[in-house]
Amino acid sequence: MWDYSEKVKDHFFRPRNVGDIEDPDAVGEVGSLACGDALKLMLKLDGSGRITDAKFKTFGCGSAIASASALTEMVKGKTLSEAAKITDNDIAEYLDGLPEQKMHCSVMGREALEAAIANYRGLKIEKPVDEGTIVCKCFGVTDNKIAHEVREHKLTTIEQVTNFCKAGGGCRSCHPQIQAIIDEVWQKEKEKVMIAKSPAKRLTNIQKMKMVQEVIERDIRPTLQADGGDIELIDIDGDRVTVSFRKSCVECPSSKVTLKSTVEAKLREFVTDSLIVEEVSS
Amino acid sequence: MKFVYADNNATTMVAPEVVETMLPYFTEYYGNPSSMHTFGGQVAKKIDSARQQVAELIGADPGEVMFTSCGTESDNAAILGILKANPHKRHIVTSRVEHSAVYNLCKYLAQNGYHVTELGVDTHGMLNLNELADAIKEDTAVVSIMYANNETGVIFPIEEIGNIVKQKGSLLHTDAVQAVGKIPINLSKSTIDLLTLSGHKLHAPKGVGALFIKKGITFAPFIIGGHQEKNRRGGTENVPSIMGLGKACELAKKHLAEERNGVKLLRDKLENEILQKAPDARLNGHKIHRLPNTTNLSFEFVEGEAILLLLNEKGICASSGSACTSGSLEPSHVLRAMGVPFTAVHGSVRLSLSRYSTMEEVDFIIEHLPPIIRRLREISPYGRDTKVKGQVVTQVSARP
Repeated sequence: MWDYSEKVKDHFFRPRNVGDIEDPDAVGEVGSLACGDALKLMLKLDGSGRITDAKFKTFGCGSAIASASALTEMVKGKTLSEAAKITDNDIAEYLDGLPEQKMHCSVMGREALEAAIANYRGLKIEKPVDEGTIVCKCFGVTDNKIAHEVREHKLTTIEQVTNFCKAGGGCRSCHPQIQAIIDEVWQKEKEKVMIAKSPAKRLTNIQKMKMVQEVIERDIRPTLQADGGDIELIDIDGDRVTVSFRKSCVECPSSKVTLKSTVEAKLREFVTDSLIVEEVSS
Repeated sequence: MKFVYADNNATTMVAPEVVETMLPYFTEYYGNPSSMHTFGGQVAKKIDSARQQVAELIGADPGEVMFTSCGTESDNAAILGILKANPHKRHIVTSRVEHSAVYNLCKYLAQNGYHVTELGVDTHGMLNLNELADAIKEDTAVVSIMYANNETGVIFPIEEIGNIVKQKGSLLHTDAVQAVGKIPINLSKSTIDLLTLSGHKLHAPKGVGALFIKKGITFAPFIIGGHQEKNRRGGTENVPSIMGLGKACELAKKHLAEERNGVKLLRDKLENEILQKAPDARLNGHKIHRLPNTTNLSFEFVEGEAILLLLNEKGICASSGSACTSGSLEPSHVLRAMGVPFTAVHGSVRLSLSRYSTMEEVDFIIEHLPPIIRRLREISPYGRDTKVKGQVVTQVSARP
């Protein structure tokens, strides 16, 4: 059954601003027939660079049509610089949310808007940014685009990547490559954290607690959750960190190994070498 | 709002006679068929009469019918049961258009030490039988090929397939979930070794199915437990549903001629008039070798989920092979295997009728579907002038 908000339904059944603008000032086209959805956005601007009219044409599912309709309503009356600030999340929020697996519809809206703005500013379509290699052949998604979505939306699983940019939703043969991109993005982010953290500096207790929490959330939980497990931080006392395993980790015979090789190792790597991690059963 | 149900390949209405047959088995004859007392034992006799009814519809011996919980269980029991009974054989032959119950099971087996050959189909959805003959090796434990396709209704020449399988010394399992009750099947003179059927596709309730296992086939149980079903499937029998399935099979046998004539007439009218009224539409699947109740149509330049939403608004229930309706982003593997262009897969709609469908309902769909396609095409940036086959029209990215 369709899990659409009333607002999505309203914009699908009664789409606003369908059609073409004669002699538009800006046009953005994204998607293709092969991908299963496409959007053509047309804008008319006044002398001061304010959007006076917006029209669209969409090939796609209910939420693709609703997202395009919402986008045209959102940009009207805005200057181009104001409009440029609209994110995919803004479009989804305007519609009172989109189902997870439909988030790529709002991404398509933002991309069409970006393309239209670039078109108006006379920019050549900025090839270099997305000149990466095609990873998902089914939907023609490049490694650069996947990495962008992973960073932008803090994605940690292949399924999330598929929801946001469709990559990996077809034959699935690119799943290992997508996983590699996710790993690489987060590895780089980690390195940034490492650099930011000066190793010699002593941490205050508050800093230490905060960092332990962050590392658990960012680096440890997603790994365990991917295997159906989970972990909870119970207490931090000096260098002693107490955690408790949850879900499948509770029964898992190798959780003791995980405790040392993953949990403790990560915390020592990112927080401080002197940490000792202990487990209490819940 | 009145609604028009044209999604009978997904599931069917339980026939009122079937419901009536089932009811006493909830509150009156609720004994366990395995019990020693008469109160339970009499139910075992009733189950045998249902077994007889199922056997009669498919021309089998009652002893060859094993009740299960659904089509998927029957498929799993058949394939895994044969593999277990023939542990030295590690090869399976199947097709690229199977229902997910077989398709994903074979994918799973391929990841777990078995060798799987998937046979392709042509643009009409038909198999190349020479390819089949070449695919079967000495090592082939089982060939699993469906009787009729759930998405397109295309019927495979299953007896010919069975002859080839027999010559090559392997076993044939067929998922006949969509075929049983819609077309005549006679297993007494058949080359089929195992056949899957499901209750809810033929006006019995959900949660009951059956597996035909030809006499003499060595079969290892899939569900291990009690002695039920001649030690071939543990678990207390789902008595009311089994009784319902028996009745549904009896009714199906009575109505077979009606499927061939009445239902087919309605389907043909529906198909022809929609193709006439909606330009840039096409039929997916072989026009002749097809179930009498199914039509699968593709509309260019529009997307299936949007079509279904608008049909739903009119109270019309249908389904689509579009990526956006599949739960994943993957468009129908069946239409893709047939080489239907992506553009047409996305705009595909399946309408499937039953003996309860009426001329009035068919007229209602004919009246409302073409305007829905027109309406979506007005929103679509594509049309005849921009007709692009498959390739990316514009790949734009203007990220800072």
